Amino acid sequence: MPSATGMAGLPAEPGVFGKTERELHEAFLTEVDRIPGGERLRRCIQCGTCTGSCPVSYAMDLTPREVVAYFRAGAIDPILRSRTIWVCASCYQCTTRCPANIKITELLYALKRVSYDKQVFPHRFPVYVLSETFVQQIKKYGRNHEAELLRKYFLRTGIRRLFKQVPLASKLWQRGRIRLRPQRIKGIDGLRRIIARAEQFDRPPMHEKEAGRTREVGYEAIG
Amino acid sequence: MDYSYYPGCSLHSTGVAYDDSMRATFAALDANLVDLDDWNCCGATAYMSVKETVACSVSARNLALAEQAGLDLVAPCSACWCVLNKTLKFMHELPELRQNVEDALQEAGLTCNFETAVRHPLEVLITDFGAEGLAARQKRSLNGLRVACYYGCQIVRPALATEDDAEIPMALDELLAGLGATPVPYPPKARCCGGMLVATFEDVAAKLCDELVDWARVENADCIVTTCPLCHANLELLQEKAASGNGAERAPLPIAYFTQLIGLALGCTPEQVGLDHNFVPLTHEFPAFTEAPSHAG
Repeated sequence: MPSATGMAGLPAEPGVFGKTERELHEAFLTEVDRIPGGERLRRCIQCGTCTGSCPVSYAMDLTPREVVAYFRAGAIDPILRSRTIWVCASCYQCTTRCPANIKITELLYALKRVSYDKQVFPHRFPVYVLSETFVQQIKKYGRNHEAELLRKYFLRTGIRRLFKQVPLASKLWQRGRIRLRPQRIKGIDGLRRIIARAEQFDRPPMHEKEAGRTREVGYEAIG
Repeated sequence: MDYSYYPGCSLHSTGVAYDDSMRATFAALDANLVDLDDWNCCGATAYMSVKETVACSVSARNLALAEQAGLDLVAPCSACWCVLNKTLKFMHELPELRQNVEDALQEAGLTCNFETAVRHPLEVLITDFGAEGLAARQKRSLNGLRVACYYGCQIVRPALATEDDAEIPMALDELLAGLGATPVPYPPKARCCGGMLVATFEDVAAKLCDELVDWARVENADCIVTTCPLCHANLELLQEKAASGNGAERAPLPIAYFTQLIGLALGCTPEQVGLDHNFVPLTHEFPAFTEAPSHAG
């Protein structure tokens, strides 16, 4: 029997969504429902104020306005696979100007969370690696040690990227702006317990097999 | 006046000049910044965007510590200010999330009512001291210094840190004008610097910062004044990169923290406000900063 799901979760038959697409839609709706005012999404008049106000929409494959249009058409997968949710710099210009009061930045955050849970992005994707490296730092020290964060991040996304940062790093060093030793907070054990408990409330990645990929930068790697 | 002080991670490294100038400025105003004991990372957008409960719990630990200290919490980093306030807002709007966060805090024996005010120093200087209060203590004039006041996003949107216009904020312009500086017209004052895109999509951040610097140059500003360590770092680092990339030698535009200028106006030395930590220390553009302060004002 042929699968109801075509390529990348797109419907094989018009109007009939496959399991993946349904799952995504549900996961996303759950996220949207949690945003105060999330239901306002339906009030979008497609005016494009969000796209026009966005300082980085030129670098997006789907503009913020298109994201809302795609969502309402039930096409979640293309949004999750877009560059858009990751290029957003969280400047909130779209949100404050939206005439329908739609919280577009929060919407993109919600999409990011679904994409993150589903691991819908390439291996060693910079935003994901940065986020993971950051989380690891907090679990290790309780604070972000900028020098270590950036060194690990650039190393994980390609050693050439690390080398390219050397001139700037040396300039920062000359100006006394690099701290060599990380600061570990006194209450680190308590903070780790807080995080461990909080993690039980956040949805884990959906597919065990794919989630395995995160282990190389996961909690276990911390000394 | 006493405040709890939450420097945040950046102010202990790339933003050390902001930390220096915060302490110097508040000391010059006889205000006491009490470091929040054992604060942790605010949660930051890298966290907030992907793991909501974890982010809010990490953030909430600081709010719980601040509540114990019993003073208003001053957070100079705009991103920390924004994240801590967002957590406060979520805790009041989302009861289920709040319950989970309170559960998580319990693991470290902490409780929190989420009532502590988290304030940005720009708003503290305006509300608690005022332009007149600063002028009364002024020891060095900023006369002749052309400043492009850059607010960035996080203290303007989604919530304003000061009573101001969200499209064209003027609070910083007015504060510095009161000390003698000349704020230039600066339309992109609340535009985005790119934030963490500098690490993930550098070309996108570079374009945003280029535009911010170009606008300031068109108005012959002596410097761009920032309120955030990430804006400050992006504007400095991306100018530096652009200069080394295309070979077109142009002196970089100085970027200064607003607390550096205010501290200098209140009679602090360039060392006290960490001017040497800036890529361009401003002492060449504005030699008066190196002269001994007078009481003339």
